[in-house]
Amino acid sequence: MQRSLPPAFPRRLGRRALVAVASCSLLLGAAACGSDSGSGAGSSGGSTGGSGEKIGVALITKDSTNPFFVAMQKGAKADADKNNVNLTVASGKAEGDDAGQITAIEDAVARGDKGILITPMSTGVNAAMKKARDAGLYVIALDTPPDPADTVDITFATNNREAGKLDGQWAAAQLAGKPATIALLDLFNDKIVSVDYNRDQGFLEGMGIDVKDPKKNGDEDATGKYTGGKGGDYTIVCNEAGQGAEDGGRTAMEKCLSKNPDINLVYTINEPTAVGANGALQAQGKTALIVSVDGGCAGVKSVKDGVIGATAQQYPLKMATLGMEAIAKIATGGAKPSVSPGLDFYNTGVALVTDKPVDGVTSITSDQGSKICWGN
Amino acid sequence: MATQSAAAEFARRQQSPLQRIQHVLHGYPWLSPLFILVIAFISFTLLNPRFASASSLGLLLQQTAVIAALAIGQTLIILTAGIDLSVGAIAILSMMVMATLAKDGGLNAVLALLVGLALAVAAGLLNGLLVTRLNLPPFIVTLGTLSIFTALALLYSGGSSIQADHLPPLLNVLGEGFGPRGGFRLTWGVVAVGVMYAIVGFALSQTAWGRHVYAVGDDRESARLSGVATGRVLLAVYTVAGLIYGFAAWVLIGRSGAATPNAIVDANLSSITAVVIGGTSLFGGRGRLIGTLIGALIVQSLAFGLSLAGIDQQYRVLATGVLVIVAVSVDQWIRKVKA
Amino acid sequence: MSTDAVPTSADAALPRGGTLATSEPSSDRGEPVLSARGLVKTFGRVVGLDGVDLDLYPGEVFAVIGDNGAGKSTLIKCLSGALEPDSGEIRLDGKVVHFKRPQDARDSGIETVYQQLAVIPALDIASNLYLAREERRPGPLGSVLRMLDKKGMRVRAGESVRGLGIQTIQNMAQPVETLSGGQRQAVAVSRAAAFGGKVVILDEPTAALGVREGNQVLEMIRQLRDKGLGIILISHNMPHVWEVADRIHIQRLGGRAGVITPSSHTMTDGVAIMTGAMKLEQ
Repeated sequence: MQRSLPPAFPRRLGRRALVAVASCSLLLGAAACGSDSGSGAGSSGGSTGGSGEKIGVALITKDSTNPFFVAMQKGAKADADKNNVNLTVASGKAEGDDAGQITAIEDAVARGDKGILITPMSTGVNAAMKKARDAGLYVIALDTPPDPADTVDITFATNNREAGKLDGQWAAAQLAGKPATIALLDLFNDKIVSVDYNRDQGFLEGMGIDVKDPKKNGDEDATGKYTGGKGGDYTIVCNEAGQGAEDGGRTAMEKCLSKNPDINLVYTINEPTAVGANGALQAQGKTALIVSVDGGCAGVKSVKDGVIGATAQQYPLKMATLGMEAIAKIATGGAKPSVSPGLDFYNTGVALVTDKPVDGVTSITSDQGSKICWGN
Repeated sequence: MATQSAAAEFARRQQSPLQRIQHVLHGYPWLSPLFILVIAFISFTLLNPRFASASSLGLLLQQTAVIAALAIGQTLIILTAGIDLSVGAIAILSMMVMATLAKDGGLNAVLALLVGLALAVAAGLLNGLLVTRLNLPPFIVTLGTLSIFTALALLYSGGSSIQADHLPPLLNVLGEGFGPRGGFRLTWGVVAVGVMYAIVGFALSQTAWGRHVYAVGDDRESARLSGVATGRVLLAVYTVAGLIYGFAAWVLIGRSGAATPNAIVDANLSSITAVVIGGTSLFGGRGRLIGTLIGALIVQSLAFGLSLAGIDQQYRVLATGVLVIVAVSVDQWIRKVKA
Repeated sequence: MSTDAVPTSADAALPRGGTLATSEPSSDRGEPVLSARGLVKTFGRVVGLDGVDLDLYPGEVFAVIGDNGAGKSTLIKCLSGALEPDSGEIRLDGKVVHFKRPQDARDSGIETVYQQLAVIPALDIASNLYLAREERRPGPLGSVLRMLDKKGMRVRAGESVRGLGIQTIQNMAQPVETLSGGQRQAVAVSRAAAFGGKVVILDEPTAALGVREGNQVLEMIRQLRDKGLGIILISHNMPHVWEVADRIHIQRLGGRAGVITPSSHTMTDGVAIMTGAMKLEQ
């Protein structure tokens, strides 16, 4: 019985092999050539000698899609060379990906970096940060202090409380005694992070409203009097979470409006949330005073366009650059940075951006703000 | 006989080296991912000699452990021509329940662990029942249970994480390391995952049950006609996978130093990637468990190696995507060989 | 092997049941290994089997032919346990049996080779032969760890296959997907032969094969018969039936139109009886 012969090996096999090999080479070529702007192809890793040995620093953000973190990464990379730093950028895959940051921290230690700049995802990364410090790396938290704050060597951050306060003071002055029907659009409602309660409670403090527990959102009296500006009555309609994004902000605002359609003051955790909230208001033919925090270029434009009344601008690039400089200094034997007076972190500054300035609250215009804003 | 010699002639024919390699790889499908792993190791060591250091290799194993564990269950399910999208969700649910029960001296640690594992088994069983009794496609079933288990985990935990210092030592133990600091250091979690691979690998290759898993995946109807209890085999596969996810949750607590409801984002995709790169066919019936381990190591080596070389995050993600396509293409090429 | 051409009227095993059955060879082959009386199977209003009788003797090839819809498949499925008849009786070696599922028939020694073969392409020949009947290693390795005796199974599989006269399949560790259609058929038949203690049922075994491979399957069937098994063969291929069968059961409209032999009637006659153009005369 004739056994059927297998088909003759097609010529495309050779081609497939070539494709496989080419792809592998492409991969490795990208690896070799695609390293960040600072280093040449051969000097990666920080362990090779040669003149002008660069200082290895890792920048680990929460994710690589939030414009805030993207701006931080870009700014840091631009300044890396100036400080003789070999910067490696990493992040979690998304908000909440603790394991991603843990891996990035371990990698930094394995790589032989001298320091880590990190926006800590949660307390889940504390152990890893401690291990990095034990291994001799200097760890700086950016934007969000860890809990407890001494898990890292120092935190470079915005004073989020002050940011919220500026918003609150401005809003109270703008109201000039009118009753305030307030919607509070926070970041999360299923977990507690410091930026969330600091900005929210800061805003209420700026308005002159009793915040009860200053580390807790949503425990204030629903009605009462505010003392900021000329003082007056307030009603807090809702505390909704928008996840820091436009669509979440819109949904949150819609929920608030269905509870009370006469909202005239909206506090938002950040500018994308504000844009979403404005969308919801416009869809119902309403307007309200909207305040926010962040000061990204898109947000500043929103102020110019009148969508956002005032926003507290923060400086993420400054955080990253100052952090890099600090590590570079320490690595060459310099002094360690210290906290700002009266605070337990190093204050990288905040300014209120608005085109409707009020007395008693220092602010800059949107044009001025757009010159120093971050992002695009 | 003329036909014998023709066949014999063919068997003795001169094969080009490439054809010879292809032939060998066909017989042992996990060699191809192993080959890629070796290439990766060599390349990354050239890029940064620290890659090959003892501490780095130990770290690599630690970083791979959780996904490698989850991928065991995924391999079993994919071998039966199914797929499991709820893999991460089951692990998270199990983890949050274990941790919440045992928090701050609550339920006895062993009991909490057992409840967590039992819950994972129940979750896997649910998947299995929906697939076998209701005859729903595994993709649809696990797409649904993915949301259900994620929601249950969030509801039960209230979205908050539990730190290691609130948990009893038993739950944290798999995070404990041994071995010289700065040298080749492993955690007990890595050991546990290794043991799981050994046990499941043995079952798949050396027992009748293992053969039935392959048979059901390759041709379910033929298996049924041949007398294989296909329904029971499928149910067993999903249930065992659930148990494995429960153990993976235990390993995860040790690794993360916390029980967080947002951990292992897109674990389902990562586990499927490991399985596919390891040479297992998504159509079922073909593949070896050892291939999955190699696949998981390849993915993590890529991430780790590029990280050591100072490459930014985004390029690493790109590279992983390219890797999947390359690995699967090479695998397809190998399958073209007949005997 | 009795293939009497002359029908005798003194045929004690003449079954009842609505048809005129002649041309039965003499019953000097002993008792039937498998017999059915009055099998009825309906599917709602459709009558699949309308009281069918059948006798299968050891060491014979018993073909079942019939047009589409005549009830051949239904009859076979009742015998192999894939279907349960509504009424009627099936006896195996004289004892009444009830098959609730295919496994019951298999356990009693009736093996079926389905039209789609039911082999697993990715597994090797030995694994396929022993599928659902795997053998474990002796001692604690087998009983505690449940380890398979792969080497032993391969050896015994080889013996089984060669015992059927199949020379071209040498390597039992070869995956079935690398085999030709005829070779896969050989594997399926070997499986039935290896475990079929008493009866082997073959459903259209040569339908998808070429001439040469088809002949090889027929040769395998003869080998099985010579071992003393009772073979039931369903086929549309008249030349093959006439070549290998000892007796031919003609199924028509749910009932048995008759039992003939290749020597008593021609193929044309057979087809005519099948379609009703001709009736068997007493």
